[in-house]
Amino acid sequence: MYQILQAKELTSNIYLMEVEAARIAKACQPGQFVIVRAGSDGERIPLTICDYDRQKGTITIVFQVVGASTYYMKDLKAGDAFCDVAGPLGCPSDLTRESMEGLRKKKILFVAGGVGTAPVYPQVKWLHERGIQADVIIGAKTKELLILEKEMEAVAGNLYVTTDDGSYGRSGMVTKTIEDLVRKEGKAYDVCIAIGPMIMMKFVCRLTKELGIPTVVSLNPIMVDGTGMCGACRVTVGDQVKFACVDGPEFDGHLVNFDEAMQRQTLYKTEEGRAYLAAQEGDTHHGGCGVCEG
Amino acid sequence: MGDILKKVPVREQEAKERAANFEEVCLGYNREEAMEEAARCIGCKNAQCVKGCPVAIDIPAFIGKVKQGDIEAAYQVISQSSALPAVCGRVCPQETQCEGKCIRGIKGEPISIGKLERFVADWAREEGIKPQGALEKKGKKVAVIGSGPAGLTCAGDLAKMGYDVTIFEALHEPGGVLVYGIPEFRLPKEAVVKKEIENVKSLGVTIETNVIVGKSVTIDELLNEEGFSAVFIGSGAGLPKFMGIRGENANGVFSANEYLTRSNLMKAFSADAPTPIMKSKKVAVVGGGNVAMDAARTALRLGAEVHIVYRRSEAELPARVEEVHHAKEEGIIFDLLTNPVEILTDEKGWVKGMTCVRMELGEPDASGRRRPVVVEGSEFTLELDTVIMALGTSPNPLISSTTKGLETNKWQCIVADEADGRTSKEGVYAGGDAVTGAATVILAMGAGKAGARGIDEYLSGCARF
Repeated sequence: MYQILQAKELTSNIYLMEVEAARIAKACQPGQFVIVRAGSDGERIPLTICDYDRQKGTITIVFQVVGASTYYMKDLKAGDAFCDVAGPLGCPSDLTRESMEGLRKKKILFVAGGVGTAPVYPQVKWLHERGIQADVIIGAKTKELLILEKEMEAVAGNLYVTTDDGSYGRSGMVTKTIEDLVRKEGKAYDVCIAIGPMIMMKFVCRLTKELGIPTVVSLNPIMVDGTGMCGACRVTVGDQVKFACVDGPEFDGHLVNFDEAMQRQTLYKTEEGRAYLAAQEGDTHHGGCGVCEG
Repeated sequence: MGDILKKVPVREQEAKERAANFEEVCLGYNREEAMEEAARCIGCKNAQCVKGCPVAIDIPAFIGKVKQGDIEAAYQVISQSSALPAVCGRVCPQETQCEGKCIRGIKGEPISIGKLERFVADWAREEGIKPQGALEKKGKKVAVIGSGPAGLTCAGDLAKMGYDVTIFEALHEPGGVLVYGIPEFRLPKEAVVKKEIENVKSLGVTIETNVIVGKSVTIDELLNEEGFSAVFIGSGAGLPKFMGIRGENANGVFSANEYLTRSNLMKAFSADAPTPIMKSKKVAVVGGGNVAMDAARTALRLGAEVHIVYRRSEAELPARVEEVHHAKEEGIIFDLLTNPVEILTDEKGWVKGMTCVRMELGEPDASGRRRPVVVEGSEFTLELDTVIMALGTSPNPLISSTTKGLETNKWQCIVADEADGRTSKEGVYAGGDAVTGAATVILAMGAGKAGARGIDEYLSGCARF
């Protein structure tokens, strides 16, 4: 069993939990994910690692309640436990494999959308710990749905917050902020890392391609085992089929076939099966259900 | 007494009835049937059946005990050689192994060795009889990666020799292909697989789940930091293969691994399981092996019309004859000499059909089987909502890419000595699908046994170099 040391609601429907998982805390790198099962007959749900403490032997996960399994998970408290936490899975972020000199010369922009702020955080923190300041855009639908703003502020170079409805920070989608920064505010970036709903990543990539900024995205498709066995997470990148769980989750955003990826996410979203959909996706839900406007 | 030239028939669930449930197909022998069948064995001195068994069970000895009605003694004979007799009695291809060599088979039907093994193992389980463990501990730790047939066998053998064994399993449930791959109706999970795993644990083996070796911990860390003196890699086959045809990423195309994992490991066949599985109306399973049969028979039980699409003829089907026979009885349609060329989708990206071509057999290819050749102008369309690809797997790179000095071949399989499982890295042994590519449960068990022998020689300081 994997004990929960801390559990809190970050905002409406988004929860953060610090969980004991010694092996994962020792081995994980920014960009990797875990698969959790809350109950003994529960689904396997992929969640990105938001933070880790190697001394304490804990990892932090963040999830949004969208279905049966995450609905069950939200009621877990400190002292409760997950049945299973497996990982770290996937490849570490590209950044962690670059030379420090190379990284120092780069101007890096992170774009985080919604609950995607959680997987962006450990990457920005990792850079900050190495003396590299990256710019970060956090986008949320509205002020109440914004998460990890303070934590991000502490590790980011410049932090730009934008809300779709203009209720906080800048107004509009993340793409508007990127465009404003580059076209109006004289910013230039060598690389962009975008993590959020699939539809957001698609439009960010469309824009950064136009702006000539190489862009990395982190995909979170439907998965079962997460170790390369089932092939459910296959995604077309360029002219190749890749498995997000072992080849990713990060890919060159300008080569990802987002339309196919979004279509594959609707697999269990039949009209009569919205409950199934919710159950299936956990916090990997990236829109397409007709309910969340994603 | 029946015809001495024929096997005592085994009771089965009737085809029509079983096509709609997930209960076990074969019901097995009872004590009287088993003793009657055992009486057919002539107890050859130079027993050919033993030579046909990858784990070399002393078959005439255990059958002799069954003949006498001493089932417990029969069980102890088997468990000296096999950690998973209830599994093997169900899923081994006996017709090409032990039974294929049986002298009785020359003039009639061979002894039903598999069904006898199953009876003995089931009886022992019901009576609560456990295999005998080690008398003396060696005080050395061995790590086994993967809790499938290779890993469980290797761990069981090493524990019996007195080693302190820990198995690392990537999934949340131990058993490997026995739990995620082979369906309930061929191999009951709670009643059979779990109990055999408990038997292995009762020998003193520890199983740590949710550990992905290569990610959670590396082999070098196990050897250098966690105090293991040797490692056996039995991590299994890996990534599912696809054909590379158009439409393969459409909604409704699954690998057999995914389909079976959802149904078997995640219990999606049960309506109240939280993990979903597609409710299909018409399914094509592409491939002709045991995995294809398992996927097809699972889809059938979930309520679909199911076609096996295979590019060669019936004679070349790699699946066991018994599986093909059961599949046909249950109503699976075999579209043989047929090959898919494109998966057709509707405007929302869902499968609506598959374009196929007819094939004919030409000259033998490298595998010795006659090469299928496309019949010109034979294109036709099958209307479907689901396609399951059962084309085999390619090795998972998680371990080979994170272990320095571990040699792999051009197919990315780990290179290991067949006799003792030795790899190119000292103290590291391997066997099963990770070495051979996808094969059978019993071959993996044979490799697990060889690995245990190799590790024992290595740790006793008498390994051959």
